[in-house]
Amino acid sequence: MNAPIYLDYQATTPVDPRVLEEMLPYFGEIYGNAASRSHAFGWQAEEAVGQGRERIAHLIGASSKEIIFTSGSTEGINLAMKGVAQMYGSKGKHIITSQAEHKAVLDTAKRLEKDGFEVTYLAPDSKGRHSADQVAEAMREDTILVTIMWANNEIGSINPIREIGALCKERGVLFFTDGTQAVGKVPVDVEADNVDLLCLSGHKIYGPKGVGALYVRRRNPRVRLVAQMDGGGHERGMRSGTLNVPAIVGLGKACEVCEADMDTDREHALSLRTRFEEKVFGALDHVHLNGHPDHRLPACSNISFSYVEGESMIMGISNLAVSSGSACTSASLEPSHVLMSMGVGDELAHSSIRFGFGRFTTEEDVDAAAEQVIAAVKRLRELSPLYEMVLEGVDLSKIQWDAH
Amino acid sequence: MAYSDKVLEHYNNPRNVGSLDKSADDVGTGVVGAPECGDVMKLQIQVEGDTIVDAKFKTFGCGSAIASSSLATEWLKGRSLDDAMTINNTEIVQELSLPPVKIHCSVLAEDAIKAAINDFKSKQGADPSQA
Repeated sequence: MNAPIYLDYQATTPVDPRVLEEMLPYFGEIYGNAASRSHAFGWQAEEAVGQGRERIAHLIGASSKEIIFTSGSTEGINLAMKGVAQMYGSKGKHIITSQAEHKAVLDTAKRLEKDGFEVTYLAPDSKGRHSADQVAEAMREDTILVTIMWANNEIGSINPIREIGALCKERGVLFFTDGTQAVGKVPVDVEADNVDLLCLSGHKIYGPKGVGALYVRRRNPRVRLVAQMDGGGHERGMRSGTLNVPAIVGLGKACEVCEADMDTDREHALSLRTRFEEKVFGALDHVHLNGHPDHRLPACSNISFSYVEGESMIMGISNLAVSSGSACTSASLEPSHVLMSMGVGDELAHSSIRFGFGRFTTEEDVDAAAEQVIAAVKRLRELSPLYEMVLEGVDLSKIQWDAH
Repeated sequence: MAYSDKVLEHYNNPRNVGSLDKSADDVGTGVVGAPECGDVMKLQIQVEGDTIVDAKFKTFGCGSAIASSSLATEWLKGRSLDDAMTINNTEIVQELSLPPVKIHCSVLAEDAIKAAINDFKSKQGADPSQA
């Protein structure tokens, strides 16, 4: 057994050593509470938090006053959606989102439905994207919020955020986007991109786990939220709770590194992804890329291997740390809701694997991964009655299967 | 998903992979499952007199489904048809230590065995419902 190869960068990323180094003092000698206004310990912590806020804001083109610290994107999503719905619920009860969103958005939307809101779940196109026109068609007089993710966590498809944002601005509807996978990987500018609320997470961008931020627009329009966590009134009253200073320092540094290295990171990821896809698509037939070929995160490659079942595939490449569907649902046997919403059939959805490349992935990793994937698919196809039928010229769609 | 050693062993070294001539009179073929459910098993037996002399399988499915069908072919060889008909999915569950979420794999293997035997019998002109 060779050393395992980590290709699950959409699930989480290792902490960059530059980030870790900057965090360490805040676990030790610098331990003040950033909310302590009466002594130097507090001021020192507050200064560190302030720097983190600046760095995050700079990466996304915001003002530091518009950054609310959270525990991560699940909290950011809950705060944005519930906070907006509760604040503006008297204006309208309609929310628009996508079937391809992360479960954190979908489950929050379901909760809001129970609380009396109406939610429209748009189906993405076959490449996993939405258009502004599609959102426009779904808009109603009483629409108060549009929630469309920047980039999809399973397939990497990138939505036309600027156009959707412009539409929302024109109609006076708030626009929240889950930027968890996009921030730090692709350029994000909340002003130019017309975003009112955006969440991001530390551990997806080589920062620590358990910390994230929610951008909340302060002017044109000024967005108000009902807090979901009551207490000491931290974060302009939107999110009470003592700030996690070391994690915030780490998140800030991670943002700074992502901003400085964005071009290098992107070129690195793109060259690895191209290398991987060329090898795999060159060696195997009946292989499908899920998601948009171009409007896609540079580090993401979601591939369906026809006639090979996903779980057996993962067993066959047990040396590679990858996900079948998303990491959050891979414990269940259900095919990915994202692929299903795009109209990818059950069979291809069952045979999909997400490969994620990142800052610390090497060409050797990619070569070894491609080799193992190709070998596993070939072996499993020798075992596959479906592949045998296809080689015999049988049309699988014409067979009466006994579904069980 | 943690797999038992026996499942891993069958997955890594599946027994009796392959195909028999499905049009031959002495071969019975059972294909069960559906691609959209994530498993399809094809199990074939070759029969001499009343005895299964060879068995082959191909399976599209998870490791447990592959192991269940691989094990089934091992158990079938040398058995009489009537004896083979008595193979129960719970025996497969026990032998492979399948967890509850994988019991359907053993059920599928049992179904495949019965389907193959019934196919063979129908080729001999017998009514499979009498089996």
